[in-house]
Order: sequence, then structure tokens, then C-alpha cells
Amino acid sequence: MKIGVLAIQGDFAEHIAMLQRLGVETAEVRLPRHLEGLDGLIIPGGESTTIGKLAVDFGLLEPLREFGQTRAIWGTCAGAIFLSKDARRNQPLLGLMDITVQRNAFGRQVDSFEADLDIPELGEGGPYHAVFIRAPILETVFGEARPLVALPDGRIVAARQGKLLATSFHPELTADTRFHRYFLTLAG
Amino acid sequence: MEQQTGTFAVKKGLAQMLKGGVIMDVVTPEHAKIAEDAGACAVMALERVPADIRAQGGVARMSDPELILKIMDAVSIPVMAKCRIGHFVEAQILEAIGVDYIDESEVLTPADEEHHINKHLFKVPFVCGCRNLGEALRRIGEGAAMIRTKGEAGTGDVVEAVRHARAVLGEIRRLTTMADEELMHYAKEIGAPYELVKETKELGRLPVVNFAAGGVATPADAALMMQLGMDGVFVGSGIFKSGDPAKRAAAIVKAVTHYNDPAILAEVSKNLGEPMVGRNVSTMPEIEKIAGRGW
Repeated sequence: MKIGVLAIQGDFAEHIAMLQRLGVETAEVRLPRHLEGLDGLIIPGGESTTIGKLAVDFGLLEPLREFGQTRAIWGTCAGAIFLSKDARRNQPLLGLMDITVQRNAFGRQVDSFEADLDIPELGEGGPYHAVFIRAPILETVFGEARPLVALPDGRIVAARQGKLLATSFHPELTADTRFHRYFLTLAG
Repeated sequence: MEQQTGTFAVKKGLAQMLKGGVIMDVVTPEHAKIAEDAGACAVMALERVPADIRAQGGVARMSDPELILKIMDAVSIPVMAKCRIGHFVEAQILEAIGVDYIDESEVLTPADEEHHINKHLFKVPFVCGCRNLGEALRRIGEGAAMIRTKGEAGTGDVVEAVRHARAVLGEIRRLTTMADEELMHYAKEIGAPYELVKETKELGRLPVVNFAAGGVATPADAALMMQLGMDGVFVGSGIFKSGDPAKRAAAIVKAVTHYNDPAILAEVSKNLGEPMVGRNVSTMPEIEKIAGRGW
């Protein structure tokens, strides 16, 4: 299996390191031709406005939308925003998932946090330690998408729609490989 | 559910989100919008860019919080602001208004000639400048969650940023070949905390994100720093002291993403208008250099 990581901006190297730990072949994706031969794609954390702008400038929007019709894509934080249909702001989005997001939903950087979450979908291994950095929430999850993880106050922080996955938090910043392994089951 | 804020992981984590990006100095909300639209991953809010601080002289201090707040209102990307070296009250003020990162910066006039801020005491993360590995690890030891080269700010001359990047990265390469019993002596020699020397050896890189700064003025400069092995780039005076800031800003952003693709670098380098005029560091009197500030 070969998984690409969108390497326009953000913490793509952390995702690649995680995938390599799991023995997966990886590729950095900066241009449309880099999508060839991939079984799945991760859109990393970073700044969604930067990633969106450069995706437009280098002709990646349509190829990414097409890729997402048949293959697995996982967006973490900025990547989740990029996958959404609406981010309450005029910025380029893929619109692949039936979710809308609120950016910086918890406040500014001083409000960034870590927390343990129960994620039954991941199976064994106890609570999942999640890192939220200026994180968005998935404000609405509708249509084909379904919520995967919510905070105790009900705010949704992960959703899945077939082979598409969106998380507000950053599994690539932890040593816990369960979320990456979960994504590989969607891609494989 | 217990939520922990201000942990080192979230401080360092925001810097990880900035990687592969360009952080731009801006002095007005309008500049900030231009920077965001050009694809900046963050902005540094300040009253004067380093080139003007050099030109005007006098004591350079933290910017007016009102200006910083206006810039924070204007954009959705992270906003950084500078405080003077050792001036922990300026840092408290910046934390109180909610900036996303504080640059304890040699570009401003130092407030303490021996001590940097104890950055562990803050929830807001700090970035600090360095010229070599010892300085980088001392700053991390004090709690910095991100490092940048000092370069020579406000000159448009990339030579010092290259010198500092090569120093840090070269010292790390040598460190990775040292025997474990040599580490204590090396830590003593470079004036760095032993545990961080050990960690750096194990990782083969700094334990935090490491950006280039100080003199980057063109897309080629930015790509040079990336090819040398930096994680991203700060551009200070280089954008808004140039002839066409919006175009140059967008070109530098593209150059950082495609730093390894000379065909794209050639394309984005075309027709950018006048670069900032610049000052040649090699002919600059020692007294005018600011990279030596910091201890």
C-alpha cells in the first residue's frame, strides 16, 4: 500500500514518519502528478488558508476532488477544514465531506489543549490522548457523513464518510499509531 | 474530561503546524490581510519592520497592544508579536492580549543583558533566535518551543542566516557521530543543557521546529534556507520594503513549498519588481549588528 501526504504546508513530515513506522510506503504530494499510484492521501495539519491557496495555484483542487471519489482521504485539523463543505469564510475548500466546520473553535493558541477521549471505533488500547492546536470543530455532520468522536459537551471532533475521515485533533503529534492504522483499513 | 492547556506539546505543536510555511512581518491590519491572502502561515505584528528600526534607531520596544489586537482581528491565521530579551512583563502583556506566539527578539533593544525570560512560566509559546547549537539549546532549556536563526534582521542580506543555519545543522551532524561518553564534555563546551544535547543526538535534529530568519528577501533566498534543512522561513523587511509586496509575498510562499523544484522557483522569481534595497553585512560596522544580542 502506498499513502501520499499532501506536502504543501504543515506537519506532513510527522504523518510520513508515522506511516513509515507502520511499514507503509509514502510519497509527498505537491503537484497533481504526485497523486498517481496512491491508495490514499493524508492532508496534514497546518494553515488551511495557505494549503487552500496553493492547491488552487498549482491546479490541485479538481485532481484532489476526483481522488476522493474513489480513494481514501484523511484530513487532520487544517486537512479536516479543507475536506469540509463550509468553513464560514471565503477560502478554497474541497467540499468532499458532508461536514461544516468552525475554525479556531476553542479560541487562540493559549486555549490549545490535550485531552483523553474514548473512541470505541479504535478498539482496544484504552483512552485516546488527543492534541488540539487552535482546533476547529465539526459544527454540523449531515448527509452521508457520520460523527465518530465527540467531546463530553457534545461538540464533534471527528467524522467519517465512507473512505473519507476528518479529525479536529492531531494523531501525528502523538506516539499512538491507532488512528493511522484505522485510516489504513479505510485505504486498504 | 480533563483538558490540559499550555503544555509543551501544544506549544511545540503550533510550530509544527507552521512548518513548510512563511511567517511575515506586518505593521498594519492591511499588511496582515495581504500576507494572509498571499498564503502566509502566520504573521508577526509589529510597529516597525527591522529595516526601519535600524534606520530610525532609538530604543525598540514591544508594539502597542492596540495595534496587535487590530491585526489579530484582521486575519484568521496565527499572530505572533515580539518582546524584548529578558522583558518578562512585555511577555505577560502579550500573553494577556492573546497573541499566539511570542518572539523574544534581538531585533528589539534587550531589557536584560544576562538573562532571557523563563518561558516555562507562560501558557503562550515562545520562539527565540540562535546563532549556533549551544544558543538554541539554552533557549529551549528556558522553555522556547520554537527556534529560528538570528541572521541579520533588516538587511536583506541572507549571509548571516546561512551562517547560523549551517552552524546549527552542522553541529547537529557532528553530534550524531559522537560517542555517548563525549556528550557531557560537549554540553559543557557549548554551554547547553546535557539532557537536550542527548535528546538532539537521538533525534538527529533540534527537539523543536527550526525556522530561518534574518535577511531573507527573495524566493531563492527562502528556497536556499529550506534546502539547507530549515523547517520554514520568517520574512521581515523583505516583503513590505519591496516594490510589489503582494506579489513577492505569494512568490516566497510558493518557493518554500516547492523549494526543491528549480523550474517552479524560476517561474515564481519572474517579474517581482524591486527587492528591498538591502545592506551588505560584510561591510557593516560591528556596532550596528544585532545578532550578537542574546546570551
